[in-house]
Amino acid sequence: MSLELVCPAGTLPALRAAVDHGADAVYIGFRGATNARNFPGLNFSEVEAATGIRYAHARGVRVFVALNIYPSPATWQIGTETIDRAARLGVDALILADPGLMRYAADRHPALRLHLSVQGSATNWRAIELYRREFGIQRAVLPRVLSVTQVARLVKRTAVEIEVFGFGSLCVMVEGRCALSSYATGHSPNSQGVCSPAHAVRWDETPAGRESRLNGILIDRYAPGEAAGYPTLCKGRFRVNDVVFHALEEPTSLNALDVLPTLAASGVKAIKVEGRQRSPAYVGQVTGLLRRALDLCAAAARAAPGDELTGNASDGSIEPWAPPADLLAALDALAEGRTHTLGAYHRPWQ
Amino acid sequence: MNGHRMKLAVGPILYLWERRAALDFYAALCDAPVDIVYLGEVVCSKRRVLQREDWPMVAHALENAGKEVVYSTLALIEAESELATMVRIVDTSGGRLEANDMAVVQYAAGRPFVAGPHLNIYNDATLQWMAAHGARRWVAPVELPLATIAALGAARPAGLEIEVFAYGRLPLAFSARCFTARSHDLPKDDCGFICGNYPDGITLFSRDDQPFLTLNGIQTQSAAVQNLSDNVAELRAAGVDILRLSPQSRDFAAVIHAFRTALDTTGAVATFPEPSLPGGYCDGYLRGEAGIEHAG
Repeated sequence: MSLELVCPAGTLPALRAAVDHGADAVYIGFRGATNARNFPGLNFSEVEAATGIRYAHARGVRVFVALNIYPSPATWQIGTETIDRAARLGVDALILADPGLMRYAADRHPALRLHLSVQGSATNWRAIELYRREFGIQRAVLPRVLSVTQVARLVKRTAVEIEVFGFGSLCVMVEGRCALSSYATGHSPNSQGVCSPAHAVRWDETPAGRESRLNGILIDRYAPGEAAGYPTLCKGRFRVNDVVFHALEEPTSLNALDVLPTLAASGVKAIKVEGRQRSPAYVGQVTGLLRRALDLCAAAARAAPGDELTGNASDGSIEPWAPPADLLAALDALAEGRTHTLGAYHRPWQ
Repeated sequence: MNGHRMKLAVGPILYLWERRAALDFYAALCDAPVDIVYLGEVVCSKRRVLQREDWPMVAHALENAGKEVVYSTLALIEAESELATMVRIVDTSGGRLEANDMAVVQYAAGRPFVAGPHLNIYNDATLQWMAAHGARRWVAPVELPLATIAALGAARPAGLEIEVFAYGRLPLAFSARCFTARSHDLPKDDCGFICGNYPDGITLFSRDDQPFLTLNGIQTQSAAVQNLSDNVAELRAAGVDILRLSPQSRDFAAVIHAFRTALDTTGAVATFPEPSLPGGYCDGYLRGEAGIEHAG
């Protein structure tokens, strides 16, 4: 079973890079507070989206539009206008989190394919079933909290296609259920489509070292020569019981390469790459590397059909498959913190 | 007062307390001036604050004392075993149920329930949809500004009550990872229930000593206690019906009395116990600011 590769694009050049390097689908967002990457200089106007969709469709690649904030009464109309715009443009799917917007989309645009966003926070088959029964969703993106075993069990219980994250920044918290950013800065993924927003970041050079702050709260402090990362608040160093460490998570990337065959054998439909805020060069490189990994993985499955690829090892790894070292090294070089983790796919991480 | 009597609710115990402490806590609530008590486990499916047979006994005592009892359900449901537990709670709750995951809405649909703070209800369309599925009360997500709650309240489905998290360390996030076990270098699957050592969670400090967050198993809370006791008039004007007080291990009776005074006596300044937890008070979410802010 082959996995579909779904890649991010924050700009038209990034969309072209993803298409040219082997994405099966690209996901984009419109400008403004409508999606979970509402960053300055990012996202598509209607004209750019139309251009991007033409470019992708001409090459057999689909385009999904993410509208994954939860609008308040004040921003509701922006949400419905975005849905209408996506329908008008002929996008291949709309990625939604908010049930109210799902109701609107299902009623007004019944032919439009709906995906439940990772921000929809559905971590079990019953939650997914609710959105299928009510709004006819055809795919759900799983939050980064399930082990490979749990993913496999969930896939067996649902008629909805399942998409999971394969590479990119790691959300430590269940997506859609995290208010850490609004607690510190007043802006959250659910409400404004941002986490640890750039406008709240301050860097200070102090005698104690370089400090990163978020709305004045010290997120991390770096010794001279130590590599400093963006102050995403769950990846800072804090003091707990008199020990200073990365108390929530280290600055690291998710990389699911080790479990790709297991995910494929479980019936997962698509692998998603995080990173609409990334450069076109990054998107092109990551897309190309993951394309190669997926093709190798599919070839390995064809070469060794049967139960060898069913993923019965307790840690989720599969014997016949080892991702090529050069592939892992190339992805690590692109990763946050230059290291990777299997995250929740691997039970001990939890 | 402008006619509508606000009620006080005690939220579910979010920490792993000793069984005796929990039983004493609920026994004291029988005589406390609160209207609603939420029972059950919201955070961790491994925890057993009380035994399964304890809960009906506690519920019975509270109901005999005139309290409304509601069974809360887990916020993060991953495993089949957790779904099975949820189904059992729904089937035995007799319609006294708080849904904190959409799985509950899927299973309970049609039966009355309280839409808990961990369901993402941010607008009229979603609130109407939830009410059509049986929601009779809505506990607003903690990050919603009061202006948004008021806007939703103005157009609320008939009969729907609105509840706001008015006191306690704010439940901000959930993860697959147990941060309490991790902070003790213990694997989640062999945690030894180390969280039982922290009846109000573990305070996480920034490196310049600001109390910032609280680790509570797979849940992350604020270090500051959100305290809306000074905002009762605004809350009432916004159409809020119920204030939720989240249990803490010390001074909780005094907190209840302070809120009762604030609700019953217009203009009265409630005498509040000194905060026993590091982090002080916060109330920023109310005004649409960072939740950690405090206007007092």
